[in-house]
Amino acid sequence: MTELERKQERTPVPKEWTYAPAPEARDVVSLRERYGHFVGGEWIDPAESYTTISPADEEPLAEVGQATPEEVAAAVTAARDAFENGWSEISPAERAKYLFRIARILQERSREFAVLESLNGGKPIKESRDVDLPLAAAHFFYYAGWADKLEYAFPNRRPRPLGVAGQIIPWNFPLLMLAWKIAPALAAGNTVVLKPAETTPLSALLFCDVVRQAEIPAGVVNIVTGDGRTGVEIVKAEDVDKIAFTGSTEVGKAIQRELAGSGKKLTLELGGKAANIIFDDAALDQAVEGIVNGIYFNQGHVCCAGSRLLVQESIYEPVVEKLKRRLTTLRVGDPLDKNTDVGAINSKQQLEKIQELVSSGEEEGAEIYQPPCRLPEKGYWFAPTVFTNVAQSYRIAQEEIFGPVLSILTFRTPEEAVEKANNTPYGLSAGVWTEKGSRILWMAERLRAGVVWANTYNRFDPSSPFGGYKESGFGREGGRHGLEPYLQFDGSETFGG
Amino acid sequence: MAQAPVLPRGFELPLEPRLPRIGSVDAVALEERAASLARRSIKRDAKVFALDLAVRMMDLTTLEGQDTPGKVAALASKAIRPDPSDLDVPSVAAICVYPNLVPTAVSRVEGSTVKVASVATAFPSGQSPLEAKLEEVRWVVEHRADEVDMVIDRGAFLSGRYAKVYDEIVRVKEACGDAHLKVILEVAELGTYDNVRRASLLAMAAGADFIKTSTGKLPGAATLPVTLCMLEAIRDVYEETGRMVGMKPAGGIRQAKQAVQYLVQLHETLGPAWLTPDLYRLGASSLLNDVLMQLRKEKTGAYQSPDYFTVD
Repeated sequence: MTELERKQERTPVPKEWTYAPAPEARDVVSLRERYGHFVGGEWIDPAESYTTISPADEEPLAEVGQATPEEVAAAVTAARDAFENGWSEISPAERAKYLFRIARILQERSREFAVLESLNGGKPIKESRDVDLPLAAAHFFYYAGWADKLEYAFPNRRPRPLGVAGQIIPWNFPLLMLAWKIAPALAAGNTVVLKPAETTPLSALLFCDVVRQAEIPAGVVNIVTGDGRTGVEIVKAEDVDKIAFTGSTEVGKAIQRELAGSGKKLTLELGGKAANIIFDDAALDQAVEGIVNGIYFNQGHVCCAGSRLLVQESIYEPVVEKLKRRLTTLRVGDPLDKNTDVGAINSKQQLEKIQELVSSGEEEGAEIYQPPCRLPEKGYWFAPTVFTNVAQSYRIAQEEIFGPVLSILTFRTPEEAVEKANNTPYGLSAGVWTEKGSRILWMAERLRAGVVWANTYNRFDPSSPFGGYKESGFGREGGRHGLEPYLQFDGSETFGG
Repeated sequence: MAQAPVLPRGFELPLEPRLPRIGSVDAVALEERAASLARRSIKRDAKVFALDLAVRMMDLTTLEGQDTPGKVAALASKAIRPDPSDLDVPSVAAICVYPNLVPTAVSRVEGSTVKVASVATAFPSGQSPLEAKLEEVRWVVEHRADEVDMVIDRGAFLSGRYAKVYDEIVRVKEACGDAHLKVILEVAELGTYDNVRRASLLAMAAGADFIKTSTGKLPGAATLPVTLCMLEAIRDVYEETGRMVGMKPAGGIRQAKQAVQYLVQLHETLGPAWLTPDLYRLGASSLLNDVLMQLRKEKTGAYQSPDYFTVD
């Protein structure tokens, strides 16, 4: 035996391949200890504060304001002043210039924002880096383009801005939802008062930096932070002309009740319980990727998540087997690790809601599967979960869980798939997986959902309108349609939605 | 028992009863998945593991008209001891040569773990009579090639004569005897991922030990998506039959970084059981030195001049 052979015998092929941690550096983000509200271009000291944390390890990140009625009123006044004294007068091309600036600054500072988004929200850095930030910048670019072309967007209708828009956004895509709200509002010539979600205020507060950097006139963008009480103040404020809300159906209904008869315009983007429908001729491995992307993307904290999987019964077994095996390769853990696929649950409250619904599923008789994975001890975590043997009547097939939990049901014919998919009070989105083009069109015609994805899922583009049917809300965001809720038209009545 | 009716053209694919349905591949989603796996961040120990494994899995290749015994001898030395200054670097899996050079290659790797693979069956076009192809295979096996890399008859495949392609692989497999058979699909000529999947299943059904992307003689050889498509076909065969078929992407893999991406894709598609040279090979002619350079960098913390690595 040569020396080399002995050497080779001593170094057999290693068996285990464990990826070394690959954390994104945190030092691109510098946080202040305390944040106030951003009103009229200045920071105002908050009367009350609370601590915002990282859901991955419960580390306190900063003190942020809990806006009082007076502080909200000040923000609305600042927005009104800015609207009356300048912003509604400047040329549309000027408005476009500001929006283009924001878009470019977001691109330049995208790493900083991505890290902050993962830190404060718990989502994997690869998602905030590759999805949230590029899309947020794209949204500003897109609406910047419309700012001086509104008359072409709505020929013969003479569009004018509404005034002050009150905007309340959720915690699942904090910066992206901010972009969805602020970009069309500003492009249409309005000023805004925006409240980020209670648990994820930091990217909106960092965005105030961008507003200053872009030299947006004072008062055009105002940010107040706080919980639902602050939101109520914005909704009630006399001088707000329009409310745009993204969040739970329950709160959306309350807002609609509150605004009835007030003359304020309203758009609501609420919950969902989307069906992801897999036909037996679908490309199975890619469909499984679509299922995973549909429900485990952003820990399932997605209003359009494909949380109900409808599988044609003839391929039920291979699909479930493939899905379970795929789940074992999902990497759950540190949101800032570049290899993490599933991050932390956004808050304790949300974790408890998920736990409660999951145990109801087990009690009702569904079969639970979770891949073996070690969850961190601190912070809020929930393993990716699949329920089989789910009946349409179970709560997990009816209620929005807003977590990494998938319920699998079966169907036999396209008609049955449509019937089951539509059998929900929601109607935000749906997915169809088939190699047959005619069937895609047939399904899309019948599915009562704002978005129907074919052979893909959770794909967004600023030019594509997004919004719901039924209890998933009304009004559209994105595209030319997304401008309309922020405009009024001479010589025509405006509708509430 | 009644005679089954003769199937019309296109239904003649003689798959074993327990093979998976052929199914289809969605190109957009496949490419997206491949791209997302390629973004894994592999650092430190994990990177050393991957680079070391890439060396062990490499089929060091020379397939040129100008190949000579001298060239093959140099390649064999490199294969046995890729980095003379670091004995921890393992030998590569095999050297891959033209039939005429098999005797030289065999004598040069004698006593080492390095295997000799020979291309055969009228490589790279496959446009020769079956008898001539079989003769070539028998010849290289007689001259003690351990592995045979055959090409499928793309002309037959693309004109729908799947049975001809299948029969040819079966016959070559017989001619191989104990030698391992790798079946080259030449994906660049197949046109679609659906065809790649169909050809992969067909080759496995016919007895391939490995399926391989490309001859390396055409532009657009191995890519991450096409390799993923083939890995998924391998996985379906494994799930249906329990048979573990190997995979060899070849052509266009020149950088260590690419090699790591291929291994991540393998790891997350077929799992740890496939992380062995028995079931995965990287076919490459110019990849090795970059891998060696990266390995040295991971071990010493500094890049060294290419002059420190032998050019063979």
